[in-house]
Amino acid sequence: MYDYSEFDESFVRTRVAQFSDQVARRIDGSLTEEEFRPLRLMNGLYLQLHAYMLRVAIPYGTISPRQMRQLALIADTWDKGYGHFTTRQNIQFNWPKLPDVPAILAALADVQMHAIQTSGNTIRNVTADHFAGAAADEIEDPRPVAELLRQWSTDHPEFQFLPRKFKIAITGSPNDRAVTRAHDIGLRMVRNDAGEPGFEVIVGGGLGRTPMIGVTVRDFLPKADLLPYVEAVLSVYNTLGRRDNKYKARIKITVFETGAAEMTRLIEERFAELRPLFGGNDQALLADIEEAFATPTLGDAPTDAYDAARTNDPVFRAWADTNLAAHRNAQYAIVTVSLKAHGATPGDASSDQMRVIADLAESHGHSEIRISHEQNVILPHIHKSALPALHAALRQVGLATANVGLISDIIACPGMDYCALATARSIPVAQKIATRFDELKLEHDIGALKIKISGCINACGHHHVGHIGILGLDRAGVENYQITLGGDGTETAAIGERAGPGFAYDEIVPAIERLIHAYLAVREAADETFLQTYRRLGAAPFKAALYPEEAQDAA
Amino acid sequence: MSRRFTPKVVTANALLEGDVIYLTADDRWSRDHREAELIEDEAVAEDRLLHATSQRRTIVGAYLADAKAGPDGPEPAHFREVFRTRGPSNYAHGKQVDAPYV
Repeated sequence: MYDYSEFDESFVRTRVAQFSDQVARRIDGSLTEEEFRPLRLMNGLYLQLHAYMLRVAIPYGTISPRQMRQLALIADTWDKGYGHFTTRQNIQFNWPKLPDVPAILAALADVQMHAIQTSGNTIRNVTADHFAGAAADEIEDPRPVAELLRQWSTDHPEFQFLPRKFKIAITGSPNDRAVTRAHDIGLRMVRNDAGEPGFEVIVGGGLGRTPMIGVTVRDFLPKADLLPYVEAVLSVYNTLGRRDNKYKARIKITVFETGAAEMTRLIEERFAELRPLFGGNDQALLADIEEAFATPTLGDAPTDAYDAARTNDPVFRAWADTNLAAHRNAQYAIVTVSLKAHGATPGDASSDQMRVIADLAESHGHSEIRISHEQNVILPHIHKSALPALHAALRQVGLATANVGLISDIIACPGMDYCALATARSIPVAQKIATRFDELKLEHDIGALKIKISGCINACGHHHVGHIGILGLDRAGVENYQITLGGDGTETAAIGERAGPGFAYDEIVPAIERLIHAYLAVREAADETFLQTYRRLGAAPFKAALYPEEAQDAA
Repeated sequence: MSRRFTPKVVTANALLEGDVIYLTADDRWSRDHREAELIEDEAVAEDRLLHATSQRRTIVGAYLADAKAGPDGPEPAHFREVFRTRGPSNYAHGKQVDAPYV
């Protein structure tokens, strides 16, 4: 993976020193909260419901064992022994104390990590396909480009005060695992007629209070043009984006109000101005970065142990069936380590679990670890012969849940258990759904299903693109949960449609259960997924299950 | 006739730990909602909030939260404020273990 240059190192250390001084001046009263707030947000420090929260970037979801161990150390030393992996490939610590934050940032800098631009109206952590560099369907590893974007966007003077925050997602595969159509800029690698790799550039997607699927402004952008083109998009947005209304300030509104054709024209016009200014240094830098992301040297060994374990151990087989994905080398597998044990908090890992993951990455996985936006951990290069031992080690620390892609593999934002913006809780709803379907032993029969839960309309839990989305709201002083159906975050992206009136906190799990029973009753075959069934039949049978009394009245 | 004023407490977060705190009638900051001053008058509430906001060296983000009288002192009126008296529901962390309220 990429190692900090002297410049990166010095930049991060300087920022830690600056922020340490700012914290000291806040504590001694020299800075007011109004003065301090933008400074702490620039360094990822929020004030939540019960405590401060520090959001640390895991650039494009790639993290080394050494860094993972440092996160465990931070959790044990300055927090409560765990961390929360988020839908933006960040980790959040929920209980840091203000005087300790400089020490935490210094500990992060020791392992080339930071919390810069994890907040504020800047270009945030660039997210990437969590199977990057390993997936069988990948054209090229997107992470070198993501790292180039990180270096370009970090402290970029033109883009520190954008109209609103700005999120870029990138995938190197035609199968979109990075939700590129719901980002401010989505970059999806494709090949042109000559077979050369480049990017489909999607602009103006986003979730939140006004969910929109992005529009394609370029079908094929040569790789060499990427940086000036992204700069052109940002430049147009920085000029046109609304600063009069926070709720209309994201680029999706700019695209909507300007029109896709005009927006495309303006971007191309600006690109024509910018392109000649890029003299090739960016490409030289990219070439250096690409070397740092070379695929590890993979071994050649028999996979008999894997085949035997599959035959003899049903628990291993169930896990292998759900938690493995196809590696480009058939002797290898991509392992998704579920952070969704039934009843646990989605995305949380204890410090012990973090250390075990780091150890296993070193012993079996070429020291590579990724964090997914679906709040799981990926070990991208595991030889199949090592899988039985890996599975056994994961089981020891509660990390072997065989549920990836199933109903209990739920994305949930922190919700009102932590977040100051939330209007309702998310985590306990996720816990109850997972626990309930585990009791029913229906999970594997139901098959592929994505439930995503947000505790407010800002949609950190991506509910709009959940096959089943749940949105927690405050209705007249009571928690209330709206259900959306048919959302999809992949290359066939769609925004889910609201099913009808919301459900009370104690009604939401039974409502989901009715919905699932309706699906099981109407699906054509066991391999027709919930989303496929929804697309074939529409919302009617699901609404009838959610609102049986109304269905009866209409009959 | 003007709408009846909903009683309030002044609440904020402590600067150093971020813990939830409440302004008491004798001008202390308590971690316990039951010790908060229950303010029944709108003008007094605004005045107390101003007083709280001026204490910038110890607190952050003071605001008025709806509350009601209870047998052991003021109780929160809205579920968000109830959660703030307790801590998160997924772990025994925060006030529910550090300074049990209920």
